[in-house]
Amino acid sequence: MKMLPNPFTAHLALVSPGIDIELSFNEFLQDLGVSPELAHILWLPLPMFLVLIAAIIGVLVTVWLERKISAAAQQRIGPEYAGALGILQPMADGLKLLVKEDIIPAKADGLLFTLGPVLVLVPVILSWLIVPFGQNLLISNVGIGIFLWIALSSIQPIGLLMSGYASNNKYSLLGGLRAAAQSISYEIPLALAVLAVVMMSNSLSTVDIVEQQNSAGLLSWNIWRQPIGFLIFWICALAECERLPFDLPEAEEELVAGYQTEYAGMKFALFYLGSYINLVLSALLVSVLYLGGWGFPIPIEWFAEWIGEPISSPIVQVCAGSIGIGMTVLKAYLLVFLAILLRWTTPRVRIDQLLDLGWKFLLPISLVNLLFTAALKLAFPIAFGG
Amino acid sequence: MTIAASTELICFLILGAVVVLGSIGVVLLTNIVYSAFLLGGVFMAVAGLYLLLNASFVAAAQVLVYVGAVNVLILFAIMLVNKKEELKPIKGLQLRKILSGAICLGLLSLLIRVDFTTPWNLPGPKAIGEDATERIGEHLFTDYLLPFELASVLLLMAMIGAIVLARRDVLIQDLDTEKAIDLPIIENGKEPLLIDKTSP
Repeated sequence: MKMLPNPFTAHLALVSPGIDIELSFNEFLQDLGVSPELAHILWLPLPMFLVLIAAIIGVLVTVWLERKISAAAQQRIGPEYAGALGILQPMADGLKLLVKEDIIPAKADGLLFTLGPVLVLVPVILSWLIVPFGQNLLISNVGIGIFLWIALSSIQPIGLLMSGYASNNKYSLLGGLRAAAQSISYEIPLALAVLAVVMMSNSLSTVDIVEQQNSAGLLSWNIWRQPIGFLIFWICALAECERLPFDLPEAEEELVAGYQTEYAGMKFALFYLGSYINLVLSALLVSVLYLGGWGFPIPIEWFAEWIGEPISSPIVQVCAGSIGIGMTVLKAYLLVFLAILLRWTTPRVRIDQLLDLGWKFLLPISLVNLLFTAALKLAFPIAFGG
Repeated sequence: MTIAASTELICFLILGAVVVLGSIGVVLLTNIVYSAFLLGGVFMAVAGLYLLLNASFVAAAQVLVYVGAVNVLILFAIMLVNKKEELKPIKGLQLRKILSGAICLGLLSLLIRVDFTTPWNLPGPKAIGEDATERIGEHLFTDYLLPFELASVLLLMAMIGAIVLARRDVLIQDLDTEKAIDLPIIENGKEPLLIDKTSP
């Protein structure tokens, strides 16, 4: 049974046709005497909840990594006493923010002030809908896939403008305007870089994009066919996440903290959470678009052939599924590591340099890249997915 | 009624209410910033309606273009203009309000009449869902090529116009004094961006 048209239907099943968690869950409930419709409704929130938890844990790990790697880059030790190696430090941070007083400035616009952080966070979490951790291991294989992410990420500037305006503070307003300008200008080269990949895969769906890269393992990853696109995407993703060297909207020395200046407690935590979820999401999408997603550098099928097990046998399916999740997470965290290293090795750009880079350099380059990809696709249809 | 159908109906009712109430709010609220944000909400609700019609590509395009571009542009325009101006009371404002209200009500009644008199082909054609993206592309590059290209040329003209307006040094006549001014913008990152009025 289908609840609603496609974007709402949820699937979370291990590699088909082997193990189907949704089917077994439904059968289990029906054995207990639950109607199929009710079983489906009970199933629906589970994958979403799972992905939400995955996102939050991903953020906690990223925050810990950021603290530890930053410390290492500056020859400090970093958090040490909260849990082994300070691994509970992000939890302590989160708890602190949770119990802090929630302040709304007297002259601020209370409604918009509260709505702003929500509008920043919700689209980012929604975008996790399309992140695949395996063949069928995603909430929804939406046909418009990666386009949904681009559309959703264009909502974020409204939240930034809203919180900047509602704070009734000139630093906040400036920070909000800067953030929105930055996010709009880097969205265009980002979308063009994605378009080049989509052109090669003949599909917008993230699952198809990964599958098309996994015919020959490491060698068939998109990064070899789209090296310029990869760089453009990575630079734009950093700018969209407001990471150094593009963290102008919250440049502490100039703008106090940009649009977050007046925020405290849980509302500030929402911004914080949003930016880190966005960083992990961007890293995951870079790995999906350019680094073969869940694919192992050597195709799993070859391994299965080598040990003489058919690819559909349960043991191979379970192994392939776990390796898939492991590879996706590993690639994403390597990219997060790169982002943190960049934070400590590059200086912040000025606002005019930032906009120059976006409009005068990345935009033409990405257009040329798109044109070049189209030409290559026509010339070498075998290698470029004709 | 199945659960699927009732969920769809509930979603439709909520989205419809958001569209109608939101648009009324856009028109009637006195705070222009609220109006702009509400407009974004209305655009989102319309995207939700497209999603209910199983047109996910159109819904995503609606969000990207209307919420991500048009609405953000409107907000930018509002927030960058910080001119505090005492607005003069307009004569006969009450009469104007009544007149425009009457015209709007007339249009509404006309639309309702069209709605009830047209023999709608129900249920409409089946939604093609995921194939829609390809189909839209095909149509854009075959039978709708001319409108598509015309729209691109129109957008290009608007873009060039915006650049010409934004580059002050291209303007050679002062609008107030009507004297010829050909003053370059000082392009130096360390100094504030000002028009140099001392040099001839």
